[in-house]
Amino acid sequence: MKHWRLELADERAIATLDVAGSSANVLSREVLQEFDDIIAELKNKPLTGLIIRSDKESGFIAGADVREFQHIDDSTRAAELAHTGQQVFNRLADLPFPTVAVIHGYCLGGGLELALACSYRVARDDEGTRLGLPEVRLGINPGFAGTVRLPPLVGAVAALDLMLTGRSVSGKQARRLGLVDVISPPRHLMNAAIACLSKPRTRRKLPGSKRVTGVWPLRSLVYGQALRQLKKKANPDHYPAPYRILELCRQGATQEQEVASLGELLVSRTSRNLVHVFLLGEELKRQARKHAHDIKHLHVIGAGVMGGDIAAWSAFRGFSVSLQDQESEIVARAIKRAHELFKKKLREPRLVQAAMDRLMPDIAGNGLRRADLVIEAIVENKEIKQKVFRQVEQDTPPTAVLASNTSSIPLEAIASALKEPSRLVGVHFFNPVAKMQLVEVVRGAQTSDATLNRARAYTVAIDKLPLVVKSSPGFLVNRILMPYLMEAMKMVEEGLPLKNIDHAAVEFGMPMGPIALADTVGLDICLSVAEELAAPLGIAVPEGLRQMVERGDLGKKSGKGFYKYGSKGQSRTRRALRKSSEVPIAERLVMRIVNEAMACLREGVVQDADAVDAGMVYGTGFAPFTGGPMRYVESLGETGVSHSLHQLSEEYGERFIPDAGWSQPDLLVRNVAS
Amino acid sequence: MVTNKVFVVDGARTPFLRAEGKLGPFSAADLALAAGRPVLARMPFAPSAIDEVIVGCVIPAPDEANIARIISLRLGCGEQVPAFTVQRNCASGLQAVASASERITLGYSDIVLAGGTEAMSRAPVQWNAAMVTWLAGVMRARTGFARLKAMAGIRPAYLKPVFTLLLGLSDPLVKLSMGQTAEVLAHRFSITREQQDTYSQQSHERLAAAFDAGHMRGEIATLYDTRGQHFFEDTGLRRNSSPEKLAKLKPVFDRGYGSVTAGNSSQVTDGAAMLMLASETAVERHKLPVMGEVVGHAWAGVDPRQMGLGPAHAVAKLLQRHGVAMSDLVHMELNEAFAAQVLACQAAWASPDYARDELHMAEPLGSIDIERLNPEGGAIACGHPVGASGARLVLHLLHTLKRKGGGTGVATLCIGGGQGGAMLLQA
Repeated sequence: MKHWRLELADERAIATLDVAGSSANVLSREVLQEFDDIIAELKNKPLTGLIIRSDKESGFIAGADVREFQHIDDSTRAAELAHTGQQVFNRLADLPFPTVAVIHGYCLGGGLELALACSYRVARDDEGTRLGLPEVRLGINPGFAGTVRLPPLVGAVAALDLMLTGRSVSGKQARRLGLVDVISPPRHLMNAAIACLSKPRTRRKLPGSKRVTGVWPLRSLVYGQALRQLKKKANPDHYPAPYRILELCRQGATQEQEVASLGELLVSRTSRNLVHVFLLGEELKRQARKHAHDIKHLHVIGAGVMGGDIAAWSAFRGFSVSLQDQESEIVARAIKRAHELFKKKLREPRLVQAAMDRLMPDIAGNGLRRADLVIEAIVENKEIKQKVFRQVEQDTPPTAVLASNTSSIPLEAIASALKEPSRLVGVHFFNPVAKMQLVEVVRGAQTSDATLNRARAYTVAIDKLPLVVKSSPGFLVNRILMPYLMEAMKMVEEGLPLKNIDHAAVEFGMPMGPIALADTVGLDICLSVAEELAAPLGIAVPEGLRQMVERGDLGKKSGKGFYKYGSKGQSRTRRALRKSSEVPIAERLVMRIVNEAMACLREGVVQDADAVDAGMVYGTGFAPFTGGPMRYVESLGETGVSHSLHQLSEEYGERFIPDAGWSQPDLLVRNVAS
Repeated sequence: MVTNKVFVVDGARTPFLRAEGKLGPFSAADLALAAGRPVLARMPFAPSAIDEVIVGCVIPAPDEANIARIISLRLGCGEQVPAFTVQRNCASGLQAVASASERITLGYSDIVLAGGTEAMSRAPVQWNAAMVTWLAGVMRARTGFARLKAMAGIRPAYLKPVFTLLLGLSDPLVKLSMGQTAEVLAHRFSITREQQDTYSQQSHERLAAAFDAGHMRGEIATLYDTRGQHFFEDTGLRRNSSPEKLAKLKPVFDRGYGSVTAGNSSQVTDGAAMLMLASETAVERHKLPVMGEVVGHAWAGVDPRQMGLGPAHAVAKLLQRHGVAMSDLVHMELNEAFAAQVLACQAAWASPDYARDELHMAEPLGSIDIERLNPEGGAIACGHPVGASGARLVLHLLHTLKRKGGGTGVATLCIGGGQGGAMLLQA
């Protein structure tokens, strides 16, 4: 066997999974086949039990092989494949002796479904142990009997929560839910597993409070509530999978119904695109991990919201960090926010303390001396930045990477102040740092490969997605976003109701409408970015925006922008739609995005169409079910897009004239992950 | 015997935060961390290159056993750096520096992080012995009935808490509070209430002037709490203090006829001070900036009822041993436990009788010029976090000596239980 190792001792069998040529265990067809062979071999042996475990550092089993999904085009075939898996797990469940899964690290999707088919589950007691069914995030439902086996084990409420959100839980939380039977420190994991095998085999009964949800009328209450919650979060036309999961559970569906549903979902466009987006993210990480960052200490200059949050996030992720600013007042606020972040994310007081200990407030700049990476996040002023970096270059070891979080000043201009300009790279984080996954790693003309690669490796080490972009106005995300926002504001000036504009964008699949987005970001910030990009990109800045900023209507933070807000930032404007207009709102908004995206491709701001998709989905939340703007273009056809742009340009003006890139089909060729 | 020279190469302290009658925002370990972190960051070597960590602390919290080790690990010195905690009451911080310098002198260590820390506001409040006995009885009871019976034995008096801070500030043998020992000295040397208040007023004025002149900037590391507050100035400093206000305060230790008040005593505070000590070899190897040299130190014992005279004896011993005259000192830091106690030391040094009868010296040492004694104020203004003060005095002494162009100075404290400690430094 290639992937499994079977040991027989003391009348027990131990099956250890160690998938060849991979750092994580995934359930490929081959792995499942071998597992089936093991079950067949053990079936008639006089054993006291079977222990299933993983030899991988990274965890038990991370799920099915997502890459295999892409080669399945036919729903019946997909259902058949899943059915095969179900049968393997059924044979596992039918073994005449008890079975136990020993879980550490990742136990997700198919991995958890395998564990669910065992008689017992023993999990390592640490935060790194994560159990979950994230299938919904790939637009599918669990297919190895997860929807069938999970609800009776943990109750309908918890099962729905896990399957609809796709979130994972720690060993301790899993124990509380009843998802695992025992949690234990690593030193006793095997003892705990062996102890399980000698227990009399009784099905653990759910506590009454969890069983009642299975009884009418509570049952319909639970599902009714879940459906209402779901409708608020996902549009069924865009994201059918959670609705399917809900329905499967409500009906108490059979394994056959589960695989039939999976087959249909797996070949759907939504799932295809979500898998594409997922793989794009994995690819960004994989590329970045190829290089070592060799960064132990990070020094952040500027303790405003961005600098402070970058420092806090990096300390949370285990880096030693010093945070410098001229004002203690500003550092104090950043430390407070950092403490809030640590408390929310780490919960355990000792872990919070350790994170606080890693984050040193540093007015004097003592941390520069041993910094391996310096990130500057101060006011957007070229001269001041140059002055700071000149000092930084003097005070840091020559091997330190110097990085700027600037969004508007060309890196090359800042680098001109340095003796060694190749050390400077851009790391453009998005606000709020704790939530936004994407970081644009900006390559200036003077940036060396080594510097760029270390910055990427650091970015992935703090669990963000690094997207390499060329140093050019607005980089990728802001540059593409700005025409979209400006188009929305233009429509406001044309007299279209705000709600209609936002509604159209949300209907298309954006996480938030452009007007609401502008209010959230802050109109002053929108204006300053728009003004920076106005000249290089030929964007017209709406006069109305300027006037609003002058009036002090800055959006959510000032209580009034396009909408009105209450003291806690809640919207005060009623959100009823007015009757639909004739204007193709969504089309105008989205076409501005794809046209600018094409311009970025043509200018080589990013490597290829995949990078555009990754940037827009992870950086702005651009409708993930479309797979990103360029994937969306593919679904419409390039000629169709050019045609729409032509028509729009005739009706609404030159800004819609198709970019020259549309006539270069090679720009749309994908290099990665397809 | 190896006798290496010992240098102080860097140091920092936190601002001292006056206890407000509730738990302060920082634990003793938090405070030591805030003082130690910038010092470590300024070093050219990694924290793991330190040979050991020694910290003085009088009343660590129940979860801070061997607090030095906790501080060392939290500072990132790594598992392999050993650490121990020292306790000599009010001189615990000085004891840490003394122990560090002894270990360097003997060649056991080259680089030692030493200092002191105290969160007096967090001194534990405990159950009394009757309560503990009752609780043990309840826990031992096997049957429900026995347990009920045991529980029924509780009396209201059992609920009376034990304030460990108050116990720590009283002498267990002579049964006097520290303030009462100051009253004994005021009586013995006829030190008036006015003299004490005048001295205290000057302490506040001197510290305020030092902050205003920026002299404290090199010494204090800003403290940040988790609620968005930050501290740079010692919160016990009363810039609006006046002789009239001080005169209005009532005596707190000998109520009625005493003269020692809250205004002319050191304040109960939280704070820490940490110093980096290095051998000559280490200074050369790492090209360390030298703040000053630890020349020697001395300890002396006195009547516990007059513990405030400890410095009079310790300084005499120290200066005699090193052949230094009082007039040779550019600067002396004498911890202001009580104004009466500082003035009593001055009187003792000036007195030929005291020199002869108590110090066994032919001639009195002479008192120190008031301009050279605590020129930036002392514990009456900034507070006396007991475990930290000794290290603060050394740090401040070196900073001041440097500012004055170098010379010899002494840092000294009186110690509850009847001792004195003094350290001779050169910058």
